[in-house]
Amino acid sequence: MPVQVQGEVLSIRKVGAYNAMTVVAPGIAELTKPGHFVALQVGGPESSMLLRRAFAIYDVKERGVYGGTVEFVFSVHGKGTAWLATRRPQDKVDVVGPLGKPFRLPTQPVNATLVGGGYGSAPLLPLANALRERGSRVDFVLGAGSADRLFGTLDAKRIGSSLSVTTDDGSAGERGRVSDVLPDVLDRTRADVVYACGPMAMLRAVHDLAAARGIPSQVAVEESMACGVGVCMTCVLPVVGDDGISRMVRSCVEGPVFLGERVRWDDVGTVPEDVLGAPVSTGGGH
Amino acid sequence: MSELTLRPRETPQLPAVDLSTTLAGVRFPNPVFTASGCAAAGQELDQFFDVTAIGGVVTKSIMLAARSGRATPRMAETPSGMLNSIGLQGPGIEAFLDKDLSWLAGRGARAVVSIAGGSVEDYAKLAMKLRGRPGLSMVEVNISCPNVEDRGQVFACDPAAAAAVVSAVRRNTDKGVPVFAKLSPDVTDIALIARSVVDAGADGLSVINTLLGMAIDTTTMRPVLGGVTGGLSGPAIRPIAVRCVWQCHAALPDVPILGMGGIRTGLDALEFLLAGASAVSVGTTVFGDPTAPVRVLHELAHALAERGIDRLSDIVGLAHQPAQKYVPQDPDPVGDDLPEES
Ligand SMILES: Cc1cc2nc3c(=O)[nH]c(=O)nc-3n(C[C@H](O)[C@H](O)[C@H](O)COP(=O)(O)OP(=O)(O)OC[C@H]3O[C@@H](n4cnc5c(N)ncnc54)[C@H](O)[C@@H]3O)c2cc1C
Ligand SMILES: Cc1cc2nc3c(=O)[nH]c(=O)nc-3n(C[C@H](O)[C@H](O)[C@H](O)COP(=O)(O)O)c2cc1C
Ligand code: FES
Repeated sequence: MPVQVQGEVLSIRKVGAYNAMTVVAPGIAELTKPGHFVALQVGGPESSMLLRRAFAIYDVKERGVYGGTVEFVFSVHGKGTAWLATRRPQDKVDVVGPLGKPFRLPTQPVNATLVGGGYGSAPLLPLANALRERGSRVDFVLGAGSADRLFGTLDAKRIGSSLSVTTDDGSAGERGRVSDVLPDVLDRTRADVVYACGPMAMLRAVHDLAAARGIPSQVAVEESMACGVGVCMTCVLPVVGDDGISRMVRSCVEGPVFLGERVRWDDVGTVPEDVLGAPVSTGGGH
Repeated sequence: MSELTLRPRETPQLPAVDLSTTLAGVRFPNPVFTASGCAAAGQELDQFFDVTAIGGVVTKSIMLAARSGRATPRMAETPSGMLNSIGLQGPGIEAFLDKDLSWLAGRGARAVVSIAGGSVEDYAKLAMKLRGRPGLSMVEVNISCPNVEDRGQVFACDPAAAAAVVSAVRRNTDKGVPVFAKLSPDVTDIALIARSVVDAGADGLSVINTLLGMAIDTTTMRPVLGGVTGGLSGPAIRPIAVRCVWQCHAALPDVPILGMGGIRTGLDALEFLLAGASAVSVGTTVFGDPTAPVRVLHELAHALAERGIDRLSDIVGLAHQPAQKYVPQDPDPVGDDLPEES
């Protein structure tokens, strides 16, 4: 159950190209599981930016000197995240969370491969801890455009049995993409399950490689969201349901974590003809 | 979700103002509603505030059959507003009645069900489906839809087509249930459409729907929205909405209006009441602030109390009266905000 909290910035620090912000937001930490996200108001009460910004939860502390805290990692993308990057300790921020469906954990110990792209590694680190606590083996594959856009490699090294790193420009790890090294990792570790968070194209590549080996995957997607709480219907993608019927589902409440095999990868960004209630012509308002 | 007890924000005490409002014979405890398409069917927002505490929940426009909606991206944030191109995604009337309306009724919320169709017959059938349903307080007719029988011409832009839809809905709706026609601002003379739907039997008017807009991505050099054009909403459209409410109230002073368009605060809501609305819907603001409807309600109550107004119904359309007829008390006399000791 999400809550809306008037939070206060506890700290904000630079981590490579990213910012890691910790917010005192009592009530959220207690409810958070790996894969949940928070949505923040940006720009202040008179802001012309009306919509919340979503961020995957990296770390939570249920109790501290300050009450429960939530930490997330973000990259400056546009005006909203630029504003967020200028917040300083004690500034007020309005936070809603925890939102979405978290990663599902296996009931028995497994070999899990966790694949993160850019800041997408943030929610994978608490997931790795949870998997380890349940006796699973965790191997990491983290990739980014360049070394400064890798996040959490130190944590990953500590928690995981192995860590493979790729960068597009070769400034850290192997030059290339996570999909270049993933097959090897999956085979070497005899992976039972793959978890991934990152750009859509990466998620798809990860799913395809895992599926080719019969390995189930869970992916955390990032769709444009206006509300984050399930009331606007902007954040949809085509997903196959338990009944075999495809629907345009809200990634903010039914995701952001989906089973890779259920996402209609070829059709993301479109409304395939066999989706429930299709087709709808273009043009017009809501 | 109904078993949820955790409410992050306690409902603070309201000042002693009579906030009740009557819309075509139906009394509501207060004038703040959600807006269609901005609150789903209330369940999600009930996690954040008690949906029975507001005037009513206006549900997402429902059609006869399930509908997928349009391709993504479905939204673009614009200065003090947003464009949306959802395409009326929804489960269809049967699933809506089973899951959504029954939930609202069980929860004790006052439901205003918004309906949408592609033909007069669609609307008539939808109205029939709603007959005798517990929990239904009002029907809102979203006529900003293309008429499939008239080359996709939008009902709301044609007085005769709008009237045909409204009269079909009115004929098929239970007697005690008001039918409100939701008007589009994308017309030359909104009062003309208002008159036409009222003559056809509308008990009230919902004013306004979104304005048709568009955004182009200067990096990809293509339209941002999957649906190319979309509906503009939020504070950016508020002055247009206030003008439309004003014009409808001036033309039809006895017809109740549910006003909306960019309401963000209690003072914004007050502006709509002064223009002639008897109640308001809070739409886009909910996306940034899921507790906005109750916040707006409290701010409005305080704004009225500060102005020495003890009955909301006294000020509906007040801005139309010459200024000397009503001399408000200074809500914030000079020196009021100084510390008491000094
Ligand atoms: C579930 C989820 C988790 C996310 N986790 C992270 C994270 O951990 N770290 C991080 O840096 N970013 C994350 N994002 C992306 C982040 O929300 C966007 O970068 C941010 O909203 C951009 O806001 P802006 O004002 O800077 O950009 P603008 O482009 O000015 O934003 C305009 C509008 O578009 C929306 N928008 C733009 N890009 C995105 C996007 N990629 N995803 C969703 N909405 C978008 C914004 O919410 C806003 O409403 C996540 C997104 C989602 C949906
Ligand atoms: C995402 C979104 C979806 C909407 N869907 C509907 C709808 O289904 N039916 C309808 O009558 N109006 C719909 N509207 C319009 C709103 O109900 C309202 O009339 C309009 O947005 C102006 O109010 P606002 O500025 O407070 O949002 C929608 C608006 C938005 C932003
Ligand atoms: S972001 Fe509004 S429904 Fe998902």
